[in-house]
Amino acid sequence: MSKSHRMRGTADGCRIVSKIVPPLLFTPKLDCKSFDRFGSNMALQAVCRVPVKAHTKLDLAEDETLEDLKSVSSILDDHCSLQIPRINGLENFLTDENGKEMKIHFAHGTTTLAFKYNGGVIVCADSRATGGNYIASQEVRKIIPINDYLLGTMAGGAADCTYWERVLAKQCRIYELRNRERISVAAASKLLANMVYNYKGMGLSMGVMIVGWDKRGPGLYYVDTDGTRTPGRLFSVGSGSLFAYGVLDAGYRPDLTDQEAYDLGRRAIYHATYRDAASGGIIRVFHMKESGWERITEEDCKDLHERYAAEKPETSRPSDEKYGVL
Amino acid sequence: MSVQTMQPGARETAAGGPRQRYFYPYADNGGTVVAIAGDDFVVVASDTRLSSGYSIYTRDQKKTFQLSERTILGSTGCWCDVLTMTKVLRARMQMYRHEHNKAMSTGAVAQLLSTMLYHKRFFPYYVSNVLAGLDENGKGIVYHYDPVGHHDPGKCYTGGSGGALIQPLLDNQINYKNQENVTPEPLTVKKTVSIIKDVFTSACERDIYTGDAVAIQVITKDGITEELFPLRRD
Repeated sequence: MSKSHRMRGTADGCRIVSKIVPPLLFTPKLDCKSFDRFGSNMALQAVCRVPVKAHTKLDLAEDETLEDLKSVSSILDDHCSLQIPRINGLENFLTDENGKEMKIHFAHGTTTLAFKYNGGVIVCADSRATGGNYIASQEVRKIIPINDYLLGTMAGGAADCTYWERVLAKQCRIYELRNRERISVAAASKLLANMVYNYKGMGLSMGVMIVGWDKRGPGLYYVDTDGTRTPGRLFSVGSGSLFAYGVLDAGYRPDLTDQEAYDLGRRAIYHATYRDAASGGIIRVFHMKESGWERITEEDCKDLHERYAAEKPETSRPSDEKYGVL
Repeated sequence: MSVQTMQPGARETAAGGPRQRYFYPYADNGGTVVAIAGDDFVVVASDTRLSSGYSIYTRDQKKTFQLSERTILGSTGCWCDVLTMTKVLRARMQMYRHEHNKAMSTGAVAQLLSTMLYHKRFFPYYVSNVLAGLDENGKGIVYHYDPVGHHDPGKCYTGGSGGALIQPLLDNQINYKNQENVTPEPLTVKKTVSIIKDVFTSACERDIYTGDAVAIQVITKDGITEELFPLRRD
């Protein structure tokens, strides 16, 4: 253990200042460590020059316990430091001593879409999470608010998406506090892409769309764990995305009205839930406007199925005797 | 991938030669956990059998951990991971308590557990978690976790080896799914405990890792009460 951590009041290279200087009287010079760490501790220290834990007096024995605890849960202090195990090939260790295979099934999320039109951006998603063949939940929230004018979607690994979008929300808020203006969609998506690029090749699985409204107008970026980050006008992500693309591309026009746009998104997800086993549950529609995002509808795909079936004229509905059960 | 074994009595070369090492970090110790939330209470239940392969280690190990006056965690899966995870979780909760001079709320514990599970994203805790408790308004809430920390609030969740057998029954009886013309009644403690007993009795008929007894704990604003209901020991 280096000596530096035992000195009271020192934390990660910040200078000790003997009195607290009110922030208005000087502009804090942020050293590169605080930029790298991005922790809220560092932001506070940089502005006020007060080491956060200076008031706790720990003696030697307790300090070591704390160090042990921190090494096991270091993620709570630095949200980008996941524990990297020294073994590789975890897939080789998935049988136990009795020869039984351990199935570690992560929850996967599945069909999401977003498209820009003249009235803003529409974001739609289903709500099924599967772990292997088991449906872990039918009520997952796959459209995650990052702040009032930024939304993120979830596809791929559910825990990966929710965790990194939460870290992104924190980064966006720190950006706002430091720069006194909202973060742009391009910058937010870049932050996320850079965070997950550190773990490229290690098995994270995330296909996320960042949707927002900034000075340039409506913004839509697709970010994934391969390192892709592309702006675009229309995206669909997930196992059911191919089905959704078919409906979306057929009906898309930039001059859709609001109601037509909601209906198009809803139908596209509905068709994906109909044909993709891993999509289903509740179909949620969100609208990103200049004033921020708004939740439009949340309907079960079973109810939508009955509604769309009823819309077809009587004669064109296949009957059970002639065509068999559908 | 095939595992190479040394034949007993095989000739060992003087240099030794390459040897296969065995490392089984995970084990499946079985068990089932169920939690159901009502308007002002939560019921958490787990069976008490700990097993490995076809052997039973003990009939007396319940899988619920009381984290605070208002929160109980049910964890099952690899028992060594369960013990470490709950130890670290309890230590973190105690640190919070010392720093903020109040106990962690259920929602805060839920987020803390999620982050802690994600910390080991690349070598996960093989644990199936169900966290249950009363929120700040006294309303019951249940969270369900995947092995790396994705969590979902809800009304009733199950976890563990018998979880997949019990969850559909709870969806039908508690959430009234796939029922027509039914008027939902508010859930009472008595009805919930009776559903839990029925559900565990059914699960232990069809899952070898569930059985022996059910430890049922009810959290209300007045405290936590506990009951042990015996099951088949075969």
